[in-house]
Amino acid sequence: MKNRLKVLRAERDWSQQDLADRLEVSRQSVNAIETGRYDPSLPLAFKIADLFGLAIEAIFTNPHRENDQ
Amino acid sequence: MKANRAQKRYNRDILVLMVGYAAVLMSVVTYAHGHWPLRGVAGVVLALLPALPIIGVFGVMARYLIEESDEYIRSRFVQQALLATGLTLSVCTAWGFLENFGVAPHVYAYYAAILWFGAQGVVALYGCLARLIGRGEAA
Repeated sequence: MKNRLKVLRAERDWSQQDLADRLEVSRQSVNAIETGRYDPSLPLAFKIADLFGLAIEAIFTNPHRENDQ
Repeated sequence: MKANRAQKRYNRDILVLMVGYAAVLMSVVTYAHGHWPLRGVAGVVLALLPALPIIGVFGVMARYLIEESDEYIRSRFVQQALLATGLTLSVCTAWGFLENFGVAPHVYAYYAAILWFGAQGVVALYGCLARLIGRGEAA
């Protein structure tokens, strides 16, 4: 699933490890989510959204509406 | 990669079981050498002893799956186990028929576990290489 995680992370000058520590997951998880290799569960997606103070849709692209965006 | 609590526990328990397996196997083989053939209930119990640490490994894996809090790592572990299971069952099925029709020698059933562990290693290595070459793990 496409997402803006890398951009949001860069805006805060966080490394993947910084973000992983804040989310209490591994750096590999952050990398897999950022590159679209892994779609996070809803609880983790909410945790990510909470961390950045955004709605889930503002971070992750709805795959059913990908062509509209 | 920094190991979390579940991973540390998993690594420690696997190591303990493997050391235990080697010790038990050597002890039973040494004993059986002087008391061949093993007989009765004691013989069955002795013959089963080396299997217990291996069975324990499967238990440790199951507990790790429950305790691992990182969902991505957990999903990778499950995928790896499923691929290894598929590979092992395929080889065992094929070998069973080969053996059945007399074109392959008999192989002890516990080799299925050895094959499964080996397959896990191959799948993990392939996954690592695919990630490093394909998309990259770098920050």
